[in-house]
Amino acid sequence: MYDGGKIIVGLIIFVGLVTFPILYNMGKPAAMPELKLNTPEIQQLQEKHCVESKEYMRANHMQLLNDWRDWAVRDGKRVYVNSEGKHFTISLQDTCMHCHSNKKEFCDRCHTYANVKPYCWSCHLAPKEKET
Amino acid sequence: MLEKALTGSRRYWVWIFFLLAVIGTGFICYLRQFDYGLGITGMSRDVSWGFYISQFTFLVGVAASAVMLVIPYYLHDYKTFGKVVILGEFLAVSAVTMCILFIFVDLGQPMRVLNVILYPTPNSILFWDMIVLNGYLFLNIVIGWTTLGADRKGVPPPGWVKPLIYLSIPWAISIHTVTAFLYAGLPGRHFWLTAVMAARFLASAFASGPALLIILCLIVRKVSKFDPGKEAVQALGKIVTYAMFANVFLLGLEFFTAFYSQIPGHMHPFEYLYVGLEGHGKLVPLMWISSIFAVVALIMLVNPNMRKKESALAFACVTVFISLWIDKGFGLVVGGFVPNPFEGVTEYWPTLPEALITLGVWAIGFLILSILYKVAVTVREETSSWPSLH
Amino acid sequence: MSINRREFLKLAGFSTVMGLTGSSVVDELLKTKAEASQVLVDEKALSAKRWAMVIDTSKFKTEEDYKSVIQACHSIHNVPDIGNPKDEVKWIWTDTYEHTFPGQENEYIPEGIKHKPFLLLCNHCYNPPCVRVCPTKATFKRKDGIVMMDQHRCIGCRFCMAACPFGARSFNWRDPRPFIKETNPEYPTRTKGVVEKCTFCFERLARGLKPACVEKSNGGLIFGDLSDPKSEVRKVLSAHYTIRRKPEIGTQPSVYYIIGTGGNENA
Repeated sequence: MYDGGKIIVGLIIFVGLVTFPILYNMGKPAAMPELKLNTPEIQQLQEKHCVESKEYMRANHMQLLNDWRDWAVRDGKRVYVNSEGKHFTISLQDTCMHCHSNKKEFCDRCHTYANVKPYCWSCHLAPKEKET
Repeated sequence: MLEKALTGSRRYWVWIFFLLAVIGTGFICYLRQFDYGLGITGMSRDVSWGFYISQFTFLVGVAASAVMLVIPYYLHDYKTFGKVVILGEFLAVSAVTMCILFIFVDLGQPMRVLNVILYPTPNSILFWDMIVLNGYLFLNIVIGWTTLGADRKGVPPPGWVKPLIYLSIPWAISIHTVTAFLYAGLPGRHFWLTAVMAARFLASAFASGPALLIILCLIVRKVSKFDPGKEAVQALGKIVTYAMFANVFLLGLEFFTAFYSQIPGHMHPFEYLYVGLEGHGKLVPLMWISSIFAVVALIMLVNPNMRKKESALAFACVTVFISLWIDKGFGLVVGGFVPNPFEGVTEYWPTLPEALITLGVWAIGFLILSILYKVAVTVREETSSWPSLH
Repeated sequence: MSINRREFLKLAGFSTVMGLTGSSVVDELLKTKAEASQVLVDEKALSAKRWAMVIDTSKFKTEEDYKSVIQACHSIHNVPDIGNPKDEVKWIWTDTYEHTFPGQENEYIPEGIKHKPFLLLCNHCYNPPCVRVCPTKATFKRKDGIVMMDQHRCIGCRFCMAACPFGARSFNWRDPRPFIKETNPEYPTRTKGVVEKCTFCFERLARGLKPACVEKSNGGLIFGDLSDPKSEVRKVLSAHYTIRRKPEIGTQPSVYYIIGTGGNENA
């Protein structure tokens, strides 16, 4: 192989760079984040139930929020009737965050873990939190 | 063929690294703009478009001007342009790339740029501008690269490029027409609301583009063994002359309509640009430089004895280019915003970071141009000893 | 079996296309909308075919009259007070007669009108040029005539600002948050790089409330359905001579002005 040595060294460096993030984090499993659901607002609820089931929300909250956004801002429809027939006002700030008043321990924990950075909060106001 | 851009003289590399340094400076400023917002520029609530959009407008013209080589060469079999047509196409590639970049750096939310495709909106002229600009970029890359590649192998270009070449002719007209429609369809902006806007854009494009091309041809001849041909340069000079006359004529029409009708809304932007309005006149000196340069250039160009001297032609082309850059790459956009919808005057002047970002984008354009020209020139140097194909 | 480069590229291209369309089919099958859920308009919501406003300028007498109206809007919508005209953001503001109605000024109008401030806001045009030019439908006209902004979708190209003949639109040249004195926790702020303007308080109409400025205007601002002959705006419009800004441009503003000095003719 012409210039074989150089090619092999180059390949090793390339593979090293590409696999660096995997190698670096090997053997250091990041703990699954635990979401806190015991805000004072939630504790006061008679029935501790989100707008949809826990499983549904965990998997699809981003899609639901996307739909909510378009319904409220674009279609002017602000009442969400869930699969059980219950009514909710469509509002991230006033409905979601009213109960989940702990953005840092609820939204951020999982988003940081999953390394997603939704830009909701550059406009929407997070509830005022007591520093813990 | 791209490998030809990787070998070059010391002078070539100094130029490339100089451009990279300018790009780097612009990029650092852009990061700052990305972080802070467009408030870093001189734009304001009243003058909400500035340098970026006016550079874009000017460069669409430079890009469209490639058609001034394609029409004579491919439609009228004007063989003299055989050697320069590739330079025109590659200039178009670099100019359209700059256009797209200037729109991008002007966006307040650049991360959302794909919304234009995700929510296509045919009633927006900007949507069509995106389509024609990207299409034109694609056409010129494919046509230029394929014909040059064929040339290098000493074979005629493949048959499938011909339809693309013919398509590129109306397409070139379309990019500048659509760009003019961005402005000419807005109610309440008297300066832009004119039916001759697209015609004026095309006239100024066919003057500024070929003028730049003449300068580039002369530079290429100086720094390489490739000669685009004296006759080709002269033919381009005639195109610049006619187009510049058409441009000045169309500008004159605007003046007549504004000042003979005496409608205040139509007169005010011209007054602001050429004599100042309500004590504001930041652009007045520039607009007069533009006018004087235009006159000087026309006097030189219309005189055949002068035009035939390449040094005089080069000088005239530089003045044409500067004159039109001021007129279209600065005055046109600002004049549309002054006076504002409340008949008040807010002035605009670019800030330092804004100017550096603008320079950075220009440098990216020149880098692309240098690389493409390097490839084209090297291929031509290699094949120049071969018998002509045509 | 061996394939040459051309065949490989063909195959690769084909698989890419199939992969892309395939994944969207899967998305469609896993449509995430919760079963049996639906969306409604609030029963209390105010509705109209075409919302409109009449500004009875004679009712605005003191500086306080203007201020309370502007303050009501800007405070509930978290409109920043940046303090310099270059970066300024405003939804409702005042200007002179000459600037409000350019082309309709004359030297001999009463002093009380010449120096009187006039309220300006988005005209919610029936034929809005800003909507026509927006490349992402970030600004659009609702069925009730409100020219709405979807800041989630705005890319900040500012074509709408060039298109608006009324200077109604503001751009966030920088992060507005440091310039909001007291944020209203019930309404979002904006982020840098998007355009904003008056929305006729779409969020209040949805809850059955009239726009904040109307509420604070002591009858100076009349709001209602232009297509309903029995509405208050229509009654006012048929009883008074009104003008609109730049009618010659054909955008059909939905904001009308009753010109009057409010008894300050001697001022």
